[in-house]
Amino acid sequence: MESIIYNFFNVEVMIRARYLLWLGLQVTLKLAFLSLLLAILVGLFLAVLRNLRIPLLNALIIIYVDLFRALPTIVLFMLVYFTWPYFGISLPRYWSAVVALTINGGAYFEEIFRAGIESIDKGQTEASRALGLSFTQTMFSVILPQAVRVVLPPATSNALELIKTTVLASVIALPELMKQAQQAHGSLANPTPLIMAALIFLVLLWPLVRLTGYLERRFAK
Amino acid sequence: MSKVLVEIDNLHKYFGKDEVLKGINMSIRVQDVVCLLGPSGAGKSTLLRCINRLEEPTSGHIYIDGEEITGHGVDLNYMRSEIGMVFQHFNLFPHLNALENCTLALIKVRKMRKKEAEERAIDVLRQVGLENKANTKPKELSGGQQQRVAIARALSMNPKLMLFDEPTSALDPELIGEVLDTMIDLAEQGMTMIVVTHEMGFARKAATRVSVLDQGLIIEDNTPDKVFDAPEHPRTKEFLSKIL
Amino acid sequence: MNFRDLFHYFFNFKFFIITLPDLLRGLVVTVEIAALSLTLGFVLGLVLAVIRVTLKHSGTAGVLRILNFPLVVYIDVLRAIPPLVTLIVVYYALPFINITIPRFWAAVLTFVVILSAFAEEIFRATIEAIDRGQIEAARSLGLSYLQSMAYVVIPQAFKIALPPLTSRMIAVTKDVSLASVIGVADLLKKARAAQSLYANPTPLFSAALLFTLFFLPLVRLSMYIEKKLAE
Repeated sequence: MESIIYNFFNVEVMIRARYLLWLGLQVTLKLAFLSLLLAILVGLFLAVLRNLRIPLLNALIIIYVDLFRALPTIVLFMLVYFTWPYFGISLPRYWSAVVALTINGGAYFEEIFRAGIESIDKGQTEASRALGLSFTQTMFSVILPQAVRVVLPPATSNALELIKTTVLASVIALPELMKQAQQAHGSLANPTPLIMAALIFLVLLWPLVRLTGYLERRFAK
Repeated sequence: MSKVLVEIDNLHKYFGKDEVLKGINMSIRVQDVVCLLGPSGAGKSTLLRCINRLEEPTSGHIYIDGEEITGHGVDLNYMRSEIGMVFQHFNLFPHLNALENCTLALIKVRKMRKKEAEERAIDVLRQVGLENKANTKPKELSGGQQQRVAIARALSMNPKLMLFDEPTSALDPELIGEVLDTMIDLAEQGMTMIVVTHEMGFARKAATRVSVLDQGLIIEDNTPDKVFDAPEHPRTKEFLSKIL
Repeated sequence: MNFRDLFHYFFNFKFFIITLPDLLRGLVVTVEIAALSLTLGFVLGLVLAVIRVTLKHSGTAGVLRILNFPLVVYIDVLRAIPPLVTLIVVYYALPFINITIPRFWAAVLTFVVILSAFAEEIFRATIEAIDRGQIEAARSLGLSYLQSMAYVVIPQAFKIALPPLTSRMIAVTKDVSLASVIGVADLLKKARAAQSLYANPTPLFSAALLFTLFFLPLVRLSMYIEKKLAE
């Protein structure tokens, strides 16, 4: 038992590591926030485009979505960070991470928004077009507000997943929370920082886990 | 006089602070067909469900064929296998067809071999007139057919006693008849039955006894003719006047 | 950057062929971890769900119901913490309290417990959604509690659970590549090693290709299952 406290909950180590972890947390939060925002925009954009039902465009979108939902995210991270320099695009780690998360997240969000848009009865579109509303007006004033109800549970679930995925940036050496924790673990020869990082993630994400469950129950068909 | 099959001794049932059964005493003999009648909330279904302990009695004793089902260390599964129950909402197993609904317990509880079980199942399905629907799934059957399969399922276990909990209340009017006919057949074959129902016609025709419950107590217990034509208790008169 | 350079760097056929056997060996390891994790995680999740449902509805005395709390903690923690973090804790932190697990099994253990947490929630929700009348009918025929669960409730719950469960299982399978971070010689690790060795990103693209070929049918299959069961 004392071994657990000494190795996992070592107060002295916690104090010494706290600044490093704080820096890491900031990076994680910035990365999560920005990537989430961009991924939602990309997903929304693609879903709306798909609704236009232009065959060639649809095919391209489907390829994008299938590809990036099939490819493991960690592989995507590496592809972006290690191979883009060969193309002459050398992105700093942070932006590589943002790009990878946005591409991956965007594919998932597109599917979620598409399901939401398609779940709205066709009659809604017909009624509002018959009233004279344009495509854009129909989308934003009639379809999307209704789609939000359908979309909210899976979207929060996906947002949760995206935030969890920011940890993969540690693999390309971005100093986010996990990487900093590993750093501290290395230099202090004590795994307490790892446990601290885990607990910080828990505090950050557990409410979202509960929220997702609540939303799923509330909006279940 | 045939022997006593079900003996209910001072049965009380509380749901939280609510006393739903306030001391029921009943004796039911072999081949009795007992109809439990009464206003809603009187405790009829609760009483029925206590008999096979789907509801746990709070106090009192219930004896099935001499053995106390409310006793300690009793083999409840075994005793339940000797009592058949038919539910208001049928509760057929949707993932199994009619035949399989009837064979499941035969195989798992009576440990019959599949072939034997299927023969028995076809027999009971024939008894309710549905052997040609043996391979059909419940969702493809009408309400009346589903309930008859449910009756067959209970019968396949060769029970000493059959309990019916408002068997026709969830059926469309034109389907009620086929189920009641099946139940009348059963009664004529000598099955001991306890039926909670609002079908007075059935009670008059098939019941050997009618027990009227009101607010957790039996207020009238007599032959159908006497209860319907010459009720004694004022509340019985009140109840009958509302529905007849 | 002209096309010849492109092919020299990214789709270098020579490198592709040279590295292919090694990459395939890595793919086998990936598949092994995935197969083990999926089956054990699935089974464990189902067992935990049955335990939780039984604890919740059996009305047994407080003694046994206390067991519910550690279960809830287990399930919530494993679903909230990123898989990579759990993996690193299992492999790097546990040795400090004398629990040393070889990489391969550390990865399997991690994915098994993570999947079991998600699977438990899915199974529990579906089991609880099955109408109570089903259990009553089964028990009234004389089937025991476990028999009622096994032959009546769980088969029905399973059908409803399958779509969310398959998509979660695919997600876990993709996470298996995280094992490369703790040094397991899976497809990704082999690809990175080859890339450093040859200073050429073709192996990484080859790995990406292999992953896509492997997962695309799975993703499509799960979408098909979801659609079919939505009926």
